[in-house]
Amino acid sequence: MRKGLLLVVLILVVGLALSPCAWAKAKTIKVGINAPITGDIPKVGEGSKYAAEMWLEDIKAAGGLEVGGEKYMVEVIVEDNESKPESAAKAATKLITEDEVLAIVGPQASSQAIPAGEMANNYGTPMISPWSTNPDTTKDRPFVFRGCFLDPFQGPVVANFIKDEFGFQKAAVLYDIASDYPKGLAEVFKEAWEKLNGAGSVVAFESFTTKDADFSSQLTNIINSGAQFLFTPQYYNEVALIVQQAQELGFKGPIVGSDSWGSAETVKLCGEACYGLFFSTHYAAAGATGATKEFIERYEKKYGYTPDDVGALTWDALRIVQTAIESTGKLTGDLEKDRMAVKDALANIKEFDGITGKMTFTPDGDPIKCAVIVRISEKGEFEFYKSACP
Amino acid sequence: MQLFFQHLINALQWGSFYALIALGYSMVYGILMLFNFAHGDIFMVGAYIGFGVATALAALAAMSALALPNWLILVLTILIAMYLTSFVGMLVERIGYRPLREAPRASAAITGLMIGIILETGNLAILGAQRIRFPSLIKTSVYDIGGVVVTNKKIMIVVVSLVLMLALNEFIRRTRWGMAMRAMAFDYVVIPLMGVPLNTIASLTFALGSALAAAAGILFAVAYPVLDPYIGITYGWKAFVAAILGGRGSVKGACLAGFLLGFIEIFVGAYLSSSLRDLIAYSIILLILVFRPHGFFGEPHSAKLRL
Repeated sequence: MRKGLLLVVLILVVGLALSPCAWAKAKTIKVGINAPITGDIPKVGEGSKYAAEMWLEDIKAAGGLEVGGEKYMVEVIVEDNESKPESAAKAATKLITEDEVLAIVGPQASSQAIPAGEMANNYGTPMISPWSTNPDTTKDRPFVFRGCFLDPFQGPVVANFIKDEFGFQKAAVLYDIASDYPKGLAEVFKEAWEKLNGAGSVVAFESFTTKDADFSSQLTNIINSGAQFLFTPQYYNEVALIVQQAQELGFKGPIVGSDSWGSAETVKLCGEACYGLFFSTHYAAAGATGATKEFIERYEKKYGYTPDDVGALTWDALRIVQTAIESTGKLTGDLEKDRMAVKDALANIKEFDGITGKMTFTPDGDPIKCAVIVRISEKGEFEFYKSACP
Repeated sequence: MQLFFQHLINALQWGSFYALIALGYSMVYGILMLFNFAHGDIFMVGAYIGFGVATALAALAAMSALALPNWLILVLTILIAMYLTSFVGMLVERIGYRPLREAPRASAAITGLMIGIILETGNLAILGAQRIRFPSLIKTSVYDIGGVVVTNKKIMIVVVSLVLMLALNEFIRRTRWGMAMRAMAFDYVVIPLMGVPLNTIASLTFALGSALAAAAGILFAVAYPVLDPYIGITYGWKAFVAAILGGRGSVKGACLAGFLLGFIEIFVGAYLSSSLRDLIAYSIILLILVFRPHGFFGEPHSAKLRL
């Protein structure tokens, strides 16, 4: 009995020892995508998946990824995080430990990127979130990077834009207190606005919790506070409800948002109520040139609709990962060492020319790049309105 | 003062949904001593069926010369969806609860949860995870009455809800079927011995409850036109609270408690804290139940009959 057990243990140990060799022989680089395929923001997941498919197509057309004179096949593993924080951490762990990916792209939303980033950092696996703008995602996490600017940057950008454009004094904010992204951005915006207009110039700072559909009590208070405009850094499903209810309650001022509005779904769900509103974001499809235009046209042809910012940022993030892997010079086949090498290469990228703009990385893993103010046109398109650089 | 009235109007609309959904819970609980935990999801199914009917009718109106005005489409949508959803309710009763009628109550409650999950994920499988925008059938007109803002939608929602509640009350009080339901609520062991068919009454109860849930679903979709397969969960729970608060099987109680819940939620959000709204609102309700454990109009039922 005991001998039998010993044999089993022996077989397992040998099997374990051999498995990395098998991995090395196959000469495959695995890249994980941690995306919300189902849940609250499935459109975001779809955009991430499509961008990854296009990227993989390019790699395959080139016959693989070349590192130090050797061609590697690339495999993309898409893991669904159901747009939940705990599932995002689970998906990251699965990609790292079971699928043994070299690097992870995603999750997109901050509420998922923050817990997933912790996993990636603990396991020493490079992760790059294309869309998460909350500072906590990359803070004190050498293995975690992002492909977009931060909330603290978007807050002042929106505040400055409103001040320049309309000259307003009194602001109202409505945000989801249970979600990292809106909460972080709402607070940063408040600080920025009060710096411009003095303390107390945010006359209403109202919140709700995820899944709420009725905002009438908050909006009634906002209207009663005499605010001249409303800033609501929410996701597209809530934007549709908030904008409609605000107008039905008689709010006349502009409603301004952040990059979470920049989904093809916003206009579909919100309809005419959202025409003429502004938000800050990473890129605008209308009026694009060069490589950006090329990407947009390819995406439109393949999937039948204009890619939103998530698609464009995921594309850039994958290209950044590709650049980093290529610049490691050599992959050893030892996953731990290779992950470390990719992380160092990511941190050392000097200037990356992406379709969402040129960027460089700070030591924290955050890029320095410009924001775009978009206006939703009378045709429901996202139109470039102004560019705002730090 | 006008601010107070504005909140009051908001609360009236919000409470209508709770009241309409709570009725379904309360009737089933009253008659079969059963918590139909799938009821919130029947509300969701009703909203989706309404979406299907509205889209089909709008397409039909656009295609043929037969010019259906939009308000008529909405009325037809509500009626057809109520009719269709009542069959969903009867099906749930037939498949999920009837085989378990003699089983412990806990089994039936768990069946309800499972049916709820099946309805949610079934919808997810058929229609996908994308949210759906309910077509805006009536154009919103905003009226400003001395600083209090109302829309035609708000008025319609509250009026239709009240009409349905009154109709149900009349049905239960004045018809033979209603009398049979009331008798069954009194004692579902003895009444069938007197020739009232239990299965028929159970089906009728589920059909009525589901039809009201469907109406609530469509009215909800008119006010909050973004639908997803999980909208039923939270409102289902909260309406369940309203049903308990109203008292077992009491139509009046369920309506009153539904509106009360809406009022508490809106006013806590408006005057105390919008982020702690549910915490404070449901603490208040817990407190009410501590002092009135049988709800507003519920009567303590004899334990020996049920166990």
